[in-house]
Amino acid sequence: MWGIVRRNAAGAGGLSSQGLGRLRPLVSAVRNYSSAVKEMTVRDALNSALDEEMAADPNVFVMGEEVGEYQGAYKITKGLLDKYGPERVVDTPITEAGFAGIGVGSAYHGLKPVIEFMTFNFSMQAIDHVINSAAKSNYMSAGQINVPIVFRGPNGPAAGVGAQHSQCYGAWYGSVPGLKVLVPYSSEDARGLLKAAIRDPDPVVFLENELLYGESFPVSAEALDSSFCLPIGKAKIEREGKDITITAFSKMVGYALKAAEILEKDGINAEVINLRSIRPLDRATINASVRKTNRLVTVEEGFPQHGIGAEICASVIEDSFGYLDAPVERVAGADVPTPYAANLERMAFPQIEDIVRAAKRACYRSVPMAATA
Amino acid sequence: MALTRRSSDLLKPLTTVSSSVSFLNRRLFSTDDTTTITVETSVPFTGHNCEPPSRSVDTTPKELMNFFTDMALMRRMEIAADSLYKSKLIRGFCHLYDGQEAVSIGMEAAITKQDCIITAYRDHCLFLGRGGTLLESFSELMGRKAGCSNGKGGSMHFYKKDACFFGGHGIVGAQVPLGCGLAFAQKYRKEDHVTFAMYGDGAANQGQLFEALNMAALWDLPAILVCENNHYGMGTAEWRAAKSPAYYKRGDYVPGLKVDGMDAFAVKQACKFAKEHVLKNGPIILEMDTYRYHGHSMSDPGSTYRTRDEISGVRQERDPIERIRKLILAHDLATEKELKDTEKQIRKEVDDAIAQAKESPMPEEAELFTNVYRKGYGVESFGADRKELRATLP
Repeated sequence: MWGIVRRNAAGAGGLSSQGLGRLRPLVSAVRNYSSAVKEMTVRDALNSALDEEMAADPNVFVMGEEVGEYQGAYKITKGLLDKYGPERVVDTPITEAGFAGIGVGSAYHGLKPVIEFMTFNFSMQAIDHVINSAAKSNYMSAGQINVPIVFRGPNGPAAGVGAQHSQCYGAWYGSVPGLKVLVPYSSEDARGLLKAAIRDPDPVVFLENELLYGESFPVSAEALDSSFCLPIGKAKIEREGKDITITAFSKMVGYALKAAEILEKDGINAEVINLRSIRPLDRATINASVRKTNRLVTVEEGFPQHGIGAEICASVIEDSFGYLDAPVERVAGADVPTPYAANLERMAFPQIEDIVRAAKRACYRSVPMAATA
Repeated sequence: MALTRRSSDLLKPLTTVSSSVSFLNRRLFSTDDTTTITVETSVPFTGHNCEPPSRSVDTTPKELMNFFTDMALMRRMEIAADSLYKSKLIRGFCHLYDGQEAVSIGMEAAITKQDCIITAYRDHCLFLGRGGTLLESFSELMGRKAGCSNGKGGSMHFYKKDACFFGGHGIVGAQVPLGCGLAFAQKYRKEDHVTFAMYGDGAANQGQLFEALNMAALWDLPAILVCENNHYGMGTAEWRAAKSPAYYKRGDYVPGLKVDGMDAFAVKQACKFAKEHVLKNGPIILEMDTYRYHGHSMSDPGSTYRTRDEISGVRQERDPIERIRKLILAHDLATEKELKDTEKQIRKEVDDAIAQAKESPMPEEAELFTNVYRKGYGVESFGADRKELRATLP
């Protein structure tokens, strides 16, 4: 187990500099602190997951723009070309419809492609293949043709990238039967869910977040093992609480946790659920939590109408209506195309204070109360 | 939004009274537009399914001087944008055009502001070429109110509809069918104008390009597809992305012309030729052999997939501004010192515009909800916390 850790560190740091020009040496994938708490960035988590799955199964290959020689537009596939060669790390032209289709076709014939969209905004060029060629095939063929493909890449807003590069596709893909849609937050999520996605026999849309790539999270020894896998369709209670449930995914989990800390100071004890999976949606965990807390705030970065929060709200009303003590609150991206100007962009996406405010409303605590003993 | 219209030249000639101090000392600006100077393009044109135009291009001292000052202004703007990005005054994506200026300048010299131009995200200089101002450009890049899109678009989304500049697009390849659509409308309305739909070698393999080109050819649309081949699609060299990187031939049944995109006169001649052609015969492809000195964007050093020798080699042998400088000196239109002084003035002009742009405020918060629709029917829109912030769309 430690051998793997060390191998990853060496593999990540010891990039061949005969490759293209001089690449800066990677910070060691795993930093060792004297207290033996291992930390890993989401980027390295994804990279190590890809590496391990490619080592374990020769049918797994990576395809996308700049994944090979450029080492990945966001460096997620760094080092893989050197290790596995150009047949398994395939650089494509800028032609999403074409290479998504080629990926699905190769999956029909037994390979296990990991198709990278440089961002999911570009997946719209290829969405027919994700939906009609991949998601529906197993059903239409009565089980003859399953499609063990993973479509992965950054989703949602970054910072200042404008209207055409900031959309969240969770709701769109999450509505399609036949697809699995995963949304990792931490490094453990990234490792465990990507490994699960690659091993899964069905098409998986794996929505990452550009701003999380550089964030470090502690990883357990178990998570560092190459056999580590997280179950698909199970949410994680990131923080237990009794007064209100806050659901979130991806970067918003971090915001929800910070909001929970602020709420704690006001005597509101929030339970934060990291969805991890949009489809299948872990309705059981969400409903159990709401039955305990009786109040719910949903958080997402995508557009509000027909969003993830809308589905969660419907689920809770269907299954746990009697348990709700307040209307469900939705915090989401603003109902406008993403503006570029920094002040407007900030207004266009949930901030921690929006989550706090919504939670207080759900607790009928919109006016700050004096501290009680 | 009513903007003060300047002349189609980026910089006013001396004969026009100008209140702006920065223009006063431009002694060297020639107003002679009657003397004909004939210039040979660097290399002959190569045609595909068409007879290429002559290498001899007529110009005037005024045009030659304008080429110099306009390209130098574009160059300076892009270099300044690089610094602004590194100081974090520009956020997100920033794709710079330095090296490719001759394509914009040569094209504008051959066409009118009623001909349409549409391009992808490397759009700052094309915006200037269409008559946009430095202030609008820098303000937009910094997300300020005075920006050409009021700060809401950003680097990749510059537009100038009154000069038929339709953007400014972030999704590779999308602008080509859009450009064919502009041409469709031009033909539908029986205008005598054409559309230049610009794309890079990276976009040249996009399926939608061929779909749109097929229809443009079928329907004889006045569409000129301009491939700005700077030889790298982000980090991927053309030979790694295209089985056939002879982009001017990729139209198959659609004629094409290969042009030295670093030679503003070659570009001018090609665009003039193309405009005449498409008004009679339907679409044509122009491949501009050009080069970008910067990486793909400010996040790309541009040196992991090409050598520094290659970059400096192009700068030395083929720089578009240097080419014009040599022509000006050869024809005795100005001295070296005068040209250097012009460049100093341009530098100051750019610095002044940046200072002014920095003064421009960020857009008002209410702008979050404006321009979602042209006609909103009074529907409600929402902020991140829908009970805290909502607005009615007019």
